[in-house]
Amino acid sequence: MLDIIVSVLTRTIIAGTPLLLATLGEILSERSGIQNLGVEGVMSVGAVTAFIVTFTTGNPWLGMLAAILIGMILSGIHGFVSISLRANQVVSGLAITMLGLGLSGLFGKPYIGRPLPNRMPRLNIHGLSDIPILGGLLFNHDWYVYLSVVIGIVIWFMLKHTSMGITLRSVGENPKAAESQGINVNRVKYFAVMAGGGLAGMAGAYLSTAYSGSWNEGITAGRGWIVIALTIFALWQPGGAFLGAYLFGGIFVLQYMLQPLGISPNLLSMLPYASTLLVLFIYGMSKSGQRRMNAPATLGEPYVRGER
Amino acid sequence: MQIDLLPREKSTAGLNLLILLGSLLTGLLAVSVIFAINGVNPAAAIFAIFKGSFGSWYGIKETITKAIPLILIGSGLAMAYKAKFWNIGAESQLLVGAIFATWMGLTVGPHLPAVLLVPLMFVSAFIGGALWGIVPAVLKVRFGINEVITTLMLNYIAAEFVKYLVVGPWKGKTKGGYPYTDDLPAQAILKHIHYTRISPILLVLAVIAALILGWMVYRSRFGYEIRVIGENTHAARYAGINFFRTSVLLMAVSGGMAGLAGAGELMSIHHYLSYPETLSAGYGFTAIIVAWLARLNPAFTIVSGLFFAGIIVGGDAIQISMGMPAATVNVFNGMILIFLIMGDFFISHRVRIRFGSTVHA
Repeated sequence: MLDIIVSVLTRTIIAGTPLLLATLGEILSERSGIQNLGVEGVMSVGAVTAFIVTFTTGNPWLGMLAAILIGMILSGIHGFVSISLRANQVVSGLAITMLGLGLSGLFGKPYIGRPLPNRMPRLNIHGLSDIPILGGLLFNHDWYVYLSVVIGIVIWFMLKHTSMGITLRSVGENPKAAESQGINVNRVKYFAVMAGGGLAGMAGAYLSTAYSGSWNEGITAGRGWIVIALTIFALWQPGGAFLGAYLFGGIFVLQYMLQPLGISPNLLSMLPYASTLLVLFIYGMSKSGQRRMNAPATLGEPYVRGER
Repeated sequence: MQIDLLPREKSTAGLNLLILLGSLLTGLLAVSVIFAINGVNPAAAIFAIFKGSFGSWYGIKETITKAIPLILIGSGLAMAYKAKFWNIGAESQLLVGAIFATWMGLTVGPHLPAVLLVPLMFVSAFIGGALWGIVPAVLKVRFGINEVITTLMLNYIAAEFVKYLVVGPWKGKTKGGYPYTDDLPAQAILKHIHYTRISPILLVLAVIAALILGWMVYRSRFGYEIRVIGENTHAARYAGINFFRTSVLLMAVSGGMAGLAGAGELMSIHHYLSYPETLSAGYGFTAIIVAWLARLNPAFTIVSGLFFAGIIVGGDAIQISMGMPAATVNVFNGMILIFLIMGDFFISHRVRIRFGSTVHA
């Protein structure tokens, strides 16, 4: 019984990691006022890029860097369209998703089904990794798992305790006031959107070079859309991202565990989406709840400099 | 040299068309660059796509077949987007429409003649799509929940529910091990024009519906309310427009249209309910671009729906003739959509380039 619990928890952490990385990225982006519905596409391009680079060079770290870079470029396009051209963010994000899924399918075709010679290595600390139960649960994952935790803590600290974080939040909450403080609003938004895209690309890299060690079309399997939901579920807080990502990761795992018990896997697959709706509904029930949700005030609205 | 971006007060229809064509061409150019990087001859690939869709009778017939659901869904989406209601749930509104139609067809269907059953199935599909569309409208207006998220979540919930139905309670007794429902009764199947997969009833329905929606948006009181809400929320409140009533009605129509498309695919092409990917084939998302290319005028989706149906059919053709992956169509769609919204900027702004002087006017 203990074995099963440990195995479920271990796999929960693994399944939650890509969600965590990409959700942290979307939180950065949305805190600056830019919603990026392109996550699914950016993740997919990140996955194929990391796979191709790792496959060619044999170095999964280079694969990760390439995925982050391409994620920044692709979300930079979303930034250009929605920040500089002030176009509709919903449509732009959807376009990025379509483009990303298309590009990854086109360029990834020769690599479908090929096994990766070397995946991202696992942490193996002599002594720690050998502790019964805890060793397997906490100290025997690949590097992405630990990096995602560190990145989450850094983003939490940055948003909460540094002037950079205050700048980012003020741009999303009240860009006019931010600008009167001498902040270059659009530059901050570009930074946030591209950093967010880099994390989505990294999440994709995790899927192809650590989680599965192969590339196929549809590898992201809707995770990008879950991330959009998780960002709200987390109430735009990095702490909430941890909770949500591991919770939803757990649901992924349970889906397969509960199937033999006669519970329909399809009904279980609805859980992440249904629970997001439920959370939104509970908050929406009261006006004070809507306030507590604390969505960035100008989320989704284009900002025009100097307009009154 | 200095580049100024100035707001454009008035834009003419000719200029709009010019910018639209410019966006399309730039989009195709960008796609060409992608193809070239991928080692495919861009001219040959793009030629093959349009030859596959518009270059033969077979291609044209298939293009019209696939344009029907795109026009039905796209015109409903155009109407919703006109009010800035970002319905991206057409994919699932289509599915729920198909569920309702299937239920009607399999339960009361065998006891009814075609003249009663076909309209009954269309009406129930419309109601199904409408109900699934009203949910996000109520959640938005009454509870302040963003419709992008709710429609997105409802897409997944409906898709999983369809899977649940076809592998579970609705699994057909005559279908062996396959995840399909039983066939609809013969009188529920829409007849095709000879040697095509085009149902004349559906084609007429799609064209007339798009024209009616176009009329509604630009000529009716309801359409006036939609446009005011879309242009200025404050003005809409000031004008005493009932947000709740208008939003619910709007999403009932938008969802209902997608529901009709679901019934159409079911009754004309598939003849039974199966996996959601088979049934919707991404029409709900492609229709978003259809609506955008139509510049949110429902009537224009007749043209833009044909265009994107052509890209779908041509995309199938190059999979076979050039060995390119199915995802190629997504590159087209994504690229064209990006350049279309970029083009919108030049409809509302004009660019002035001045040389020499840097003095502000």
